Amino acid sequence: MNIFRKLLDSVKPNFEKGGKLEKFYPAYDAFETFLFVPGHTANTGAHIRDAIDLKRTMITVVIAMIPALLFGIWNTGYQHFLALGQPDTAFMDMIAFGAMKVLPIVIVSYAVGLGVEFVFGIINGHSINEGFLVTGMLIPLCLPVGIPLWMVAVATLFAVVIGKEVFGGTGMNILNVALTARAFLFFAYPTLMSGDKVWIDTTTAAGETLADGYTGATLLAQSTESATNYVNAAGVQFTDVFSAAFMGTIPGSIGETSVLAILIGAAILIYTGIGSWRIMLSGVIGGLVMSLIFNAFAVNPFMEVPAINQLVFGGFAFGIVFMATDPVTAAQTTRGKWIYGFLIGIFAIMIRVFNPAYPEGVMLAILFMNVMAPLIDHYVIRGNVSKRLKRVKVAA
Amino acid sequence: MSETAEVKVKEPLFSKKNKKLLTDPLNDDNPITIQVLGICSALAITVQVKQAFVMALSVLVVMIFSNLIVSLMRNLIPSRVRIIVQLVIVAALVILVDQVLKAFVYDVSKQLSVFVGLIITNCIIMGRLEAFALANKPFPSILDAIGNAAGYGWILIVVAVFREFFGSGKLWGIQVIPQSFYDFGYFNNGLMILPPMALITVGIIIWVQRSRNTKLIESN
Repeated sequence: MNIFRKLLDSVKPNFEKGGKLEKFYPAYDAFETFLFVPGHTANTGAHIRDAIDLKRTMITVVIAMIPALLFGIWNTGYQHFLALGQPDTAFMDMIAFGAMKVLPIVIVSYAVGLGVEFVFGIINGHSINEGFLVTGMLIPLCLPVGIPLWMVAVATLFAVVIGKEVFGGTGMNILNVALTARAFLFFAYPTLMSGDKVWIDTTTAAGETLADGYTGATLLAQSTESATNYVNAAGVQFTDVFSAAFMGTIPGSIGETSVLAILIGAAILIYTGIGSWRIMLSGVIGGLVMSLIFNAFAVNPFMEVPAINQLVFGGFAFGIVFMATDPVTAAQTTRGKWIYGFLIGIFAIMIRVFNPAYPEGVMLAILFMNVMAPLIDHYVIRGNVSKRLKRVKVAA
Repeated sequence: MSETAEVKVKEPLFSKKNKKLLTDPLNDDNPITIQVLGICSALAITVQVKQAFVMALSVLVVMIFSNLIVSLMRNLIPSRVRIIVQLVIVAALVILVDQVLKAFVYDVSKQLSVFVGLIITNCIIMGRLEAFALANKPFPSILDAIGNAAGYGWILIVVAVFREFFGSGKLWGIQVIPQSFYDFGYFNNGLMILPPMALITVGIIIWVQRSRNTKLIESN
């Protein structure tokens, strides 16, 4: 650590007021606060003494996403070899293949996003903060593995500039930045974001693309045909589709398949108090309620999908745990959080079932509720005010 | 009282004031990016440059003649029924334009479909009639019309260039991005074809304009 301190101290005069690189102070500041506890303290009035700051909050969320990332890496390899008809490939080979596919996406997402943050920080002279650490990890996790890297770069650029910086940077955005990136890709390049071909990398060892003989459809896509009969990448029927989806050995976006890995992340978020358990719980309740309503009507196979399966299929769990709980874009009031989460659950299942063209209703549901969150808060606060006013009148 | 004092000094044809009528709407008082009028058509017909150009031209023609006619009639129109009179004038001109488009550029006219007819409700035209032509002489009114229509048109065309280039790889219907790019894995951006991207593009133009022209930034 000393070597970093010395290095930073030796270049510091260049970046301070009057130094020749004065303009780049935000960049210097970002490195310093990233490596060391900032030296500045509050100098007026009383303040809360707590070790938690933006950096620690963000790092905790990143740690919570690590299980999903690691599982995603393995699953990418597993699905690949399953589709090629070699399910007995060694564990480490699967990891190696997955890492080769997934890590470049992560690197591109971070490089582009942090690049934009640095540029805007320097132009506007505000300090660069750690807001992008989480977004940069969420973007790869919610994309299919077949996505070209330049698209990841374009989407990240779009999401960070249009989704965040135009509103004033971290903490000011209306929409979840990672979902903005995903929605951008979904509407801009639909052939690479949906369908049956994008979820599994089927390049053979010889470098050719496997044309057929495998099934790349996600469970959601298969649900439009039948609510009981699901096949895996090798075309073999799942004996227990719920546990397969719970474990995550299914095709899907990189980080969304394993509900188990996501639940580990959820436990970390709830234990540390960073993710709102109210939003997660009410989201799950909303999803269950809507699925049960559909089950009651059950006029097509998708409506017959058992409620419990709806929760483990697709990106529902991932969205509810990591996207919906984003403290910037979620509702802020306690009652608002319940309403916000519940409606995300309702809309996610509703969009998924009613519109097969948008199988991933979770994304649209969360973006829609992001927009509605300030409205919910407004009425919750107004309701509270009028309730208290009534009490005052009774007393008087 | 001498009679010579009452002779008005004739204003030069392109006085400073008249020049401002032409240039102001291009930037400082742009109907789309500053007044945020005519957004509906800016979102709808900017998928292709050709459509946007024809639309801009149609609006230019309608605006010049409606401003001129209203300005000529400004002392005859009773103020109570002025809106309906303006509407009749604009509607008649739009029908003329529509017929001309159908006669000479049928395919573009078909693509523009209802939006030619909707020029009648373009707020920029009504706005200029109300705000300018009703109170000014014919010549400045024509200049005002040209200025505003040009201000509207250049935004339309810039948005269309972005949308057509990134959305379908073409400009004016001609393939610009070579096939080899697609072979390398380039894809057209489908979002550019959808109206939301037009809104975002207009937003980016406003952003760039305001960062260059700082007097436009409101203090708050």
